[in-house]
Amino acid sequence: MVEVDLDLKQHERAEPAVAELVPAAPAGRGAVELVGLTKRYGDDTVVDRVVLSIASGEFFSLLGPSGSGKTTTLMMVAGFVRPDTGAILLDGEDIAAVPPQKRGFGMVFQNYAIFPHLSVFENIAFPLRARRWAKDAVAERVRWALDLVRLGRFGDRQPHQLSGGQQQRVALARAIVFHPPVVLMDEPLGALDKNLRFEMQIEIKEIQQRLGMTVIYVTHDQEEAMSMSDRIAILNHGRVHQVGSPGEVYERPVDPFVGRFLGEANLLGGAVTAKGDIARVALPSGQELRAPRASSCDDGRGMLFIRPERVEITPGTNAPPEPSANTLTGSVRRCSFLGNILRYAIAVDGAEPVTVDLQNAVGVAPLPVGAPVVLRWPVADSLILPADPV
Amino acid sequence: MTDATAAIPASTLAAAKAPRDRTLLLLLPAVAMLVVMFLVPLVVFFVRTFMEFEGSTAEFLDQAQDLLLSQPYLTALATTNWIALIVTVIVLLIGYPIAYYLTTAKGLGVSIVVLSIVLPYFTSIIVRTFSWMVLLGEHGLVNDTLRAAGLIRDPLPLMYNRLGVLIGMSYVLLPYMVLTLFAAMRSIDASLLRAAEGLGASGFYTFRRVYFPLSLHGVISGALIVYILSIGYFITPALMGGQHDIMIAMLIDRELEVAVDWPSAALMSLSLLLVTLVLYAVYYRITDIRRLIGAR
Repeated sequence: MVEVDLDLKQHERAEPAVAELVPAAPAGRGAVELVGLTKRYGDDTVVDRVVLSIASGEFFSLLGPSGSGKTTTLMMVAGFVRPDTGAILLDGEDIAAVPPQKRGFGMVFQNYAIFPHLSVFENIAFPLRARRWAKDAVAERVRWALDLVRLGRFGDRQPHQLSGGQQQRVALARAIVFHPPVVLMDEPLGALDKNLRFEMQIEIKEIQQRLGMTVIYVTHDQEEAMSMSDRIAILNHGRVHQVGSPGEVYERPVDPFVGRFLGEANLLGGAVTAKGDIARVALPSGQELRAPRASSCDDGRGMLFIRPERVEITPGTNAPPEPSANTLTGSVRRCSFLGNILRYAIAVDGAEPVTVDLQNAVGVAPLPVGAPVVLRWPVADSLILPADPV
Repeated sequence: MTDATAAIPASTLAAAKAPRDRTLLLLLPAVAMLVVMFLVPLVVFFVRTFMEFEGSTAEFLDQAQDLLLSQPYLTALATTNWIALIVTVIVLLIGYPIAYYLTTAKGLGVSIVVLSIVLPYFTSIIVRTFSWMVLLGEHGLVNDTLRAAGLIRDPLPLMYNRLGVLIGMSYVLLPYMVLTLFAAMRSIDASLLRAAEGLGASGFYTFRRVYFPLSLHGVISGALIVYILSIGYFITPALMGGQHDIMIAMLIDRELEVAVDWPSAALMSLSLLLVTLVLYAVYYRITDIRRLIGAR
């Protein structure tokens, strides 16, 4: 019974000064491992042999489109959904048989799930009262949590008197008030508008770091996942495609799905041949492009991956070959103004139009449609991925 | 809200108001029917009662005081309220689990339960009461079965006493409670229960702290409905009760049919109506009726 002795420890040192922020999770606690987790509904495998190892104190995101199985995975960790096969280990112990209320996780739900009939104070006190904390300790800890989410004077308010952002903070305070080693968050910012969402991202991240807790965070928003996470698992159709730091998964996707899902991506299909570390993709036009090869990619059909912001664009038709860069000639088909960037679609021979992003910097004038251009990008910035499964 | 209203020209406001006024016309048939068939007879009835005293307020009040402090009336009043209270408690205790089951379960079970609750609702109350009499009588199904099984020698007194009244009335009033509770429970957000569990609350704690408080307005509305209906009850206690189970409605009937004392009957009706209206006012305060019927 992991959480029982944890609670005892919290009681023993339940004397934090109100404003003082105590690191919550005891060091080394809150490591979560998913081992071959599988969930089927009828013939539909919604979570397929998911293996993840989440370290103590890590901010870990499950990222994927709707229907990718990320929420089901989280609900299995929480204990609301029973896995068909596989195990969930908390600090090495299998918690399959432990009911949700005994797992001792903090939870933030998609629609906040604030209790409408309880005041802000009582909402936040709920996990403590459910654990039969003494009255004084409850009051002290709730005040601490209210200060932490900067709702210090809102304790007496009723939930319906709060804005969406404030309700979100209440939900957050309620999830961390009992110092859980692990906090599960299911699209917690989904209902907020963009500016507020950005603000809350920073706040949640700060609180997580301050308290040293493990956070498992479900989102479909790749920017959110990248800005907050230590590591991200990208899921699709119930399977983990890739796990890595935001930089890794963005710069070095293992397949076209990950490449596309994390942002704009150019994927130029062709035949792959290897020559040492650097492989070549032959476009249908006959032109060869070079790039390092992803380990998942064999000879045969493949795709060259390059982010739009890594491509340089120069007017002209002359493209001298360079040892460390790929060049392609083409012509401007479209230029979209997106504020801070100009997004070009460049028509090239034998491939989909290439997207190129240019900073809308001083002195940049948009190129006219039809203008001949040369595209150039460093070999090392691109990557050869396996082709999409047909 | 205020700002927005201030910014709109007065003419626009008037235009926006017009359609709402016209929708009120839709209520006209119902209002007309209520006025003609309920309000007018009621007023006529009470005015005529008052005329019996030849317009003397003092005499009217005198008689009213005599009547309302008379032993039979006070006894019936106490009996009525006591029976109404017990019936309300019984119906609540039986109805709450049924309503909860209906909100959570799916499939055939739900259909069967709903059918067995709602179907009798559409059956004549006299038929239902006589059915109970068939079951509970001295030679009814229950007593015969128990006797055949050798569990009892003499028939149990299940009817023509307080027990019979409570059984009959609870059965008849159960659907009102179940349907009211069901409406209240269905509006409880299931994610709140999940949140409570996820945050460490046991099933019982979740019920006590989250589910029950959120269903409380349904409990209060249901109890008030059942109580209001109970205090005016006539047929079931008349058919299934004993000598000591005289409720106010029965007393009124007796004044009319046996004693042919219209003024007394009218006074008692008035008192019953007043109690009902007061309870209804409470009910109205507590329950947003539109929410009860599912509108938001």
